[in-house]
Amino acid sequence: MSSSHPKPAGIAATGSSDLLMVTGLRKYFPVLGGIMNRTVAQVQAVDDVSFSIRSGEVLGIVGESGCGKSTTARLLMHLIKSDAGEIAFDGQTVGDGDGLELREMRRQMQMVFQNSYSSLNPRLPIEETIAFGPKVHGTPTDKARARARDILGKVGLDPGQFIRRYPHELSGGQRQRVNIARALALEPRLLILDEAVSALDKSVEAQVLNLLLDLKQELALTYIFISHDLNVVQYVSDRVLVMYLGKIVEIGTVDDIYERTRHPYTQALLSAMPSMDPDKRIETPPLTGDPPNPINPPPGCRFHTRCPFAEAVCAAREPELEFSLATDGDEHRVACHMNTADSGHTRVPA
Amino acid sequence: MSRRALDKNQQATVDSAQVAVQSRGYWATVLMRLGQDKVTLVCGAVLLTIILSAVFADAIALVDPYKANMLKRLKPIGTPGFPLGGDEMGRDMLTRLLYGGRLSLFMGVTPVVLALGIGGLLGLVAGFMGGRVNMLIMRVMDVFYAFPSVLLAVAISGALGAGVGNAIVSMTLVFIPPLTRVTESVTTQIRNLDYVEAARASGAGNLIIIRVHVLSNVLGPVFIYATSLISVSIILASGLSFLGLGTEPPEPEWGLMLNTLRQSIYVNPWVAALPGAMIFFTSITFNLLSDGVRSAMDVRL
Repeated sequence: MSSSHPKPAGIAATGSSDLLMVTGLRKYFPVLGGIMNRTVAQVQAVDDVSFSIRSGEVLGIVGESGCGKSTTARLLMHLIKSDAGEIAFDGQTVGDGDGLELREMRRQMQMVFQNSYSSLNPRLPIEETIAFGPKVHGTPTDKARARARDILGKVGLDPGQFIRRYPHELSGGQRQRVNIARALALEPRLLILDEAVSALDKSVEAQVLNLLLDLKQELALTYIFISHDLNVVQYVSDRVLVMYLGKIVEIGTVDDIYERTRHPYTQALLSAMPSMDPDKRIETPPLTGDPPNPINPPPGCRFHTRCPFAEAVCAAREPELEFSLATDGDEHRVACHMNTADSGHTRVPA
Repeated sequence: MSRRALDKNQQATVDSAQVAVQSRGYWATVLMRLGQDKVTLVCGAVLLTIILSAVFADAIALVDPYKANMLKRLKPIGTPGFPLGGDEMGRDMLTRLLYGGRLSLFMGVTPVVLALGIGGLLGLVAGFMGGRVNMLIMRVMDVFYAFPSVLLAVAISGALGAGVGNAIVSMTLVFIPPLTRVTESVTTQIRNLDYVEAARASGAGNLIIIRVHVLSNVLGPVFIYATSLISVSIILASGLSFLGLGTEPPEPEWGLMLNTLRQSIYVNPWVAALPGAMIFFTSITFNLLSDGVRSAMDVRL
């Protein structure tokens, strides 16, 4: 890719209170084919993503299926290797020789997966599943088990009743609580919730969400909350990051994103949000068609093929993530030519 | 159902910490389930009888299994002194069947155990590592797969020469590819599940992940497959002996006995069929027993 925009100013501004700082994160998956299994193409799953998370906040990540949300989460956890980019936890670069070690990073940073069933070993009792992490990090078995019981109580499951149970004996909501308990057993500071409540039905989802918010207060946690459900993200997040085809299109506080929307993609997403108010029903689909194939993303702005305001410049040049021209706080950044002063787009505010 | 009801009662009466201690452990549950499974119990009893009678053959049998008696050749079942008749050399069939179990069971179980160790390890490595390692191991296995298993065993045995040891080596080689392939496919499935990823995210290394999360889920299906191979192995061992590549006469072994009595099948079919019946019963009890144990051990049932 030709794009290599400079390090966004927002990162430097927020300074040392950043718990996690991601710079230029990139992951291309090779598409193998041909006779010798050569790389015939690359899926640009995550392309040059930079953002930071402050200690104690909830950062929501939203976007359509396949926009790179989960890949970003897995890259942050170092479950897959990134092609480029730097991840710094609490000011220390992860994985570098003299930086934070991967193992230690994994104690500080944990993840809750979407599929509550496949993320629990069917042959391990709940207690063993939760105690596994601490044991790996050298906690004696009896102490690890005691902690498992303690945390099980924290996530709202009676330890006496549940520790000996197997995952198949639990309901979806209970399993997801166990997953949260497993992630918390290592006493992390940052929790990545990858669609953690999406598979639950609405009433259980609300319970688990409230549990998560309570735990955040109690344990002073920071969350990265990945979801495709805009209502839920609005409910839990302090700041929101919108992704489209592996790139950040807009990032800002919840009000920036939901009230002072700048990017046409975000606008389209928000107008697709189901409303409880029958007067606010939408007549026409805000977006038509599927996202373009990430193997060969469109040149220029990746959204121009579906954007109602697309002009020649959008197909020609890639917009950079810049501070919103509507001066509404120093958080809001948008990647759109309509927000770039000298882009030549006719809709640039004067 | 009963277990859940029990939990509820206990919860009402006893405080939660005590329930944790009292709730039934894994192996107790397995034993309880086995106790309720009649087919498995009967199979276990039959198999145990066969194994014990083979082990204690010299205590049970009153006659020398090698002692020929030309006058008693091919006597029918029920002849005085020969409860199961006499074979083509006039040796006591009952004694020879008891002693024959030793070699037959040994040749049935040993190659499978050896192949389970080697093939299981190869499959685990191939499945867990994936990529080039997987390709290398699995393509080598495919070469073995190109030959029919009996033909392969005969070819290897033939090349190594007759004898029990060589027969076991050849059968082990024959059983490694299928066990590798089964282990590999199960491991590959499990490797990509979220709980393995979650374990990695907790900072666990490959060895711990394999030991705690992969092995427990791989062993069940692979173990069942291996026990089903025991019957195949007994039959294959019999086949090798039949062709003169395994045990050599006058050693009592069911396959070899079946072979030597083959010519007498028109004279005394019942006696000639006895070794075959033993092979059949042993195989079928092994299969049914392994199936029952699998169901009892599956926590999800």
